[in-house]
Amino acid sequence: MNTGALDRIHTQLLWDRLLAVVEEQAQTLVRTAFSTTVREAGDISAGVFDTRGRMLAQAVTGTPGHVNAMAASVGFFLNKFPVAELHPEDVLLTNDPWHGTGHLNDFTVVTPVFHGGRPVALFAATSHIADVGGLGFGPDGRQVFEEGLNIPMGYLYRAGKPNEVLLEILRANVRDPRAAEGDLHSLTACNRAGADRLLETLDEFGMDDLDEAGRVIIENSRRAMLAEIAKLPQGCWTHGMRIDGYDEAVDLVCSLTIGDDGIDVDFSGTSPVCGHGINVPLTYTQAYASFGVRCVVGNDVPNNAGSLEVVRVTAPEGSILNAARPAAVSARHAIGQMLPDVVLGCLEQPLGGRVPSEGASCLFGPVFLGGRGLIPGSVVEPFVINAFYAGGSGARPGKDGLDCTAFPSGVRSTPVEITENSAPLIIWKKEYRPGSGGEGEFRGGVGQIMEFAHARGEAFMVSKMFDRIKHPPRGRQGGQSGAPARVYVKDGPELRGMGRETIPAGGRMVLETAGGGGRGNAADRDSQKVAEDIEKGFL
Amino acid sequence: MAVDIGGTFTDVVLEPPVGPRYTTKLLTTHGHPGEAVLAGIGAVLEQSGLQAGDVGLIIHGTTLATNALIERQGAATALLTTAGHRDALEMAHEDRFEQYDVMIDRPKPLVPRHLRLPVSERLDRDGNVLLPLDVASLESALPVLDEHGVESVAIGYLHAFVNPEHELRTAEWLSQLRPNLSITLASEVCPEIREFERLSTACANAYVRPLMARYLERLAAELTDQGFDCPFFLMTSGGGLTTLETAAKFPIRLVESGPAGGAILAQEVARGAGMDRVLSFDMGGTTAKLCLVDDFEPLTSRSFEVDRVYRFRKGSGLPVRIPVIEMVEIGAGGGSIARVDTLGRIQVGPKSAGSEPGPASYGRGGTRPAVTDADVLLGRICADTFAGGAFALDNDAALRAVDEAIARPMALDSELAAFGISEVVDENMAAAARAHAAEFGMDLGARDMVAFGGAAPLHAARLGEKLGVRRVVIPAEAGVGSAVGFLLAPVAFEVVRSRRQRLSELDCELVDGLMREMRDEAEAVVRLGAPSASLSERRHAYIRYVGQGHEILVSLPVEPYGPTHGEIFRAAFEAAYRQLYGRVIEGVDVEVLSWTLTLAAPVQASLECGIDLPRRSAGQPAMTQPLFDPAGEARLEARVYLRADLSEGQNIDGPALITEDQTTTVVPKGWCAAVDTLGHLMLERRP
Repeated sequence: MNTGALDRIHTQLLWDRLLAVVEEQAQTLVRTAFSTTVREAGDISAGVFDTRGRMLAQAVTGTPGHVNAMAASVGFFLNKFPVAELHPEDVLLTNDPWHGTGHLNDFTVVTPVFHGGRPVALFAATSHIADVGGLGFGPDGRQVFEEGLNIPMGYLYRAGKPNEVLLEILRANVRDPRAAEGDLHSLTACNRAGADRLLETLDEFGMDDLDEAGRVIIENSRRAMLAEIAKLPQGCWTHGMRIDGYDEAVDLVCSLTIGDDGIDVDFSGTSPVCGHGINVPLTYTQAYASFGVRCVVGNDVPNNAGSLEVVRVTAPEGSILNAARPAAVSARHAIGQMLPDVVLGCLEQPLGGRVPSEGASCLFGPVFLGGRGLIPGSVVEPFVINAFYAGGSGARPGKDGLDCTAFPSGVRSTPVEITENSAPLIIWKKEYRPGSGGEGEFRGGVGQIMEFAHARGEAFMVSKMFDRIKHPPRGRQGGQSGAPARVYVKDGPELRGMGRETIPAGGRMVLETAGGGGRGNAADRDSQKVAEDIEKGFL
Repeated sequence: MAVDIGGTFTDVVLEPPVGPRYTTKLLTTHGHPGEAVLAGIGAVLEQSGLQAGDVGLIIHGTTLATNALIERQGAATALLTTAGHRDALEMAHEDRFEQYDVMIDRPKPLVPRHLRLPVSERLDRDGNVLLPLDVASLESALPVLDEHGVESVAIGYLHAFVNPEHELRTAEWLSQLRPNLSITLASEVCPEIREFERLSTACANAYVRPLMARYLERLAAELTDQGFDCPFFLMTSGGGLTTLETAAKFPIRLVESGPAGGAILAQEVARGAGMDRVLSFDMGGTTAKLCLVDDFEPLTSRSFEVDRVYRFRKGSGLPVRIPVIEMVEIGAGGGSIARVDTLGRIQVGPKSAGSEPGPASYGRGGTRPAVTDADVLLGRICADTFAGGAFALDNDAALRAVDEAIARPMALDSELAAFGISEVVDENMAAAARAHAAEFGMDLGARDMVAFGGAAPLHAARLGEKLGVRRVVIPAEAGVGSAVGFLLAPVAFEVVRSRRQRLSELDCELVDGLMREMRDEAEAVVRLGAPSASLSERRHAYIRYVGQGHEILVSLPVEPYGPTHGEIFRAAFEAAYRQLYGRVIEGVDVEVLSWTLTLAAPVQASLECGIDLPRRSAGQPAMTQPLFDPAGEARLEARVYLRADLSEGQNIDGPALITEDQTTTVVPKGWCAAVDTLGHLMLERRP
């Protein structure tokens, strides 16, 4: 019998096993994390890499923002700390936006794995830590220096000994040192869990290393992606989308080229770096842009160095999508999560039937702050809470968009009862926003309307990172735009989409999230669907 | 007597005071499920020669509630909820359960928007009234209920789990004006924080309640007519028994009763064999279910999703918060179909050939290769004795299916292709078990396994090898395992309350009062089924570090609580935390979110087990059959035994097959199997 054939089955089983190992790594991270966005929203990533820094498997988690960003990060680490110089009990760390996943809140931990005395793999994990000092999570910084503590790539553990100086600096610079330290422990522990499982697996399969299996995984995935791409028409298409930005509109311009050897996405023509914290480091641009492609091309091919390398993303230096240090980047997701809509706008041209319309895309995540020390005369404990809410998604080929559903972000919304138990707030209203879905043969998903007040009628502050207020999600193929987002004080003034503002004592903040764009002509809408919308009270 | 209604079969098991159990298996009668129940009961009585009046207890489990939810065949249901929040039920978590598929649809809510009726009222997080209940807003709901023929109503207000007064007053008012409505209070069925899950649970309960109440009452009446005068209990998803009255009020607690019965069986088999760390493995035609059983107690939780429509993916079903035996279910069964994906890899499931057309080897027109087809080609199923010889397996059809879908595209020979299918499905199950254990912070290492269900004994040893399992028990009567499990379940009831308490400032009087209240509530239920038994009480709390999102379940002492209990609870939490994560976190306060109390009467029956019999050879096999050997890549001659011919103490060395009507146990090379006093097969890996 052909032993080569059996080897192929073994390689597949090993591949399946690696996917299970990183899933287990991610589960461990989610379970032990402190940060709300991690455990409620799965704002993490976890993966295993070969010793050349090529990603072999990555857990499917809540955020596409980490997809290639973390993959690239391990390469940066290995440039600074060559694998030959690493020790079995070393653990490396950074939160550098340009070497990690785009803002200071994301900490990436890298752990080498040794088998038979030599390095065989690296595990990496990234997790969002709630507070890193500075101004706090928000778009108001003018330079990265204001946004918190920046830890360059370095040792968290060196030969098993914790880097106490680093931990002390961390504790002295963040608002909740125990949570931050707890999250670093949890990153370390999840890599350890992955490493232990990998070593067991190597023994079970009787393997010395991952070199050959890794080569097969990468090569197979690359070929599968190229085969998917080969089914598409070749050519170059350009698309632009204007969004609100911080204080002036931002143009996101994309040209997408489908060729023999992959897909190239370039953002030439995009607006320049902005003076506030919505700038995007290139790795994060690459993550969201390639996610946009992968939603419709090869979405069943696992993420690894092979499948990722055939979608190449570039942006001109100095543009808002390739911002260099020391640009402020804290709220880089506000721009990053708009990128799939732009990429899909390009793909719409050759693939008309397979692409959803623009959706709210922005994840509406107000940060509420208040209490003593912040609000004069306040009698309540200081509080800060970051809640998340979605708008409508774009209408899809043959289907309406999803009502109040996050896309491209995978973040879950925050329950009303949890918010009210975590902060002295009352959410008087949280309901669908009728009429907000863009009309069309297929309707955009509707957004929602929410009213927030202080439980004791005190003034409170809100830090906002909202878009789609001036530039609503557009329809495709004759579909109408979704309703723009709005944020205002009830019976009072409109608020800005970005930045921190105060809601006066006794006031309510109203947030209306955007509806998704429609698809096709409204006149062609099925009468049954119209009747359903009327029954729902959506029209 | 135990009766289990499943999707395909209704199983009945009668346990006489002495001697072997009587069992029967009938097709479920979907229109009138009671028909098969009564027919099955009649059949086992006849086998045993006993009369209805001789039966001391009837225990019933059913998937009817689950089916009604999956097929959306429940009552026209409305939800009365806090004005301004009527869409919480449908908005759910506002996320997508599959990141890369833009075409997914979110689960449809059981109550459509036009029947989610706003009521003007509002409580704050402590249960204080911010807006009083406005009866006028209730009145405007009445015409809507009438117009849409609403039969069942769920009432669920924000924070009412802390103070149910508005819900109670609404129910009282409504039951006076519309006495025929079935009314479910969210604060009763699920008094827990997080509005979406609570409302989802309440609506699911309301949705199935009229149907289940009618069914249960009718069945009880029919049993009485037939001369049964014994207690009638229902099996719950949490693994305990409950009364007809409670089941008719909270039918949502019955949804996973069949699988719970299986887990109880595994637990009792484990107890009998003294296996304190067990993986329960149930593999049928469509899915596999895995459950961790430590110290003879299955892992339990309070969350379950009914009807995961998208590849069994988390988030694609309807969440209900009820006491459940926690298990992971994946699309891996004998009928799971294999294919080659775009990356040239073998993929198995979650699509299943089901029972129609079934695997290709069933010869009923199936052309795509299923796991069973691979098992046939590898020599694991003995064609001559399959299904008691009732129908012949079509080896050629299996070969054609595997060749066409797998061997040819992958350029493998047929046997290796079949081996690939089998390995992939086993790997999928192993991966699911590992991720499940990681999610719950449990250790999978060094476990024993209890395997039952039609396909499990074929795959148990190999799955065990992948997971480092040393011993595998294949229980007797594995084919009616859930029903046997029912006989082993205690009369028990679990009560939960969410009251957030920081342990540094624990209000021990409040918690003590809460526990008394919960005990009274549980006792009222348990006493109906066990009027005079001495009851055992267990208390748990869901505890976390302040700021952390994941609570862990911590066992609490059963005693009056005083000022020192903040420290005692913290110590208990830290011990549990350290066991899970290997460390504790100094200086961070600890908080309890929810408290649970379970009251249980002693178990009705028990399994004793004697495995350490002197072993003797099983003698000559009935026949031999070539069996694929992965290590040697060749065929080995496996000895084939009929399970019915084996007696206690007999030992069989692998490679061997032990066949029975419902399944075949594969004893690979390097393993041996012994028969214990109860007829269980004990597979052991040779060191």
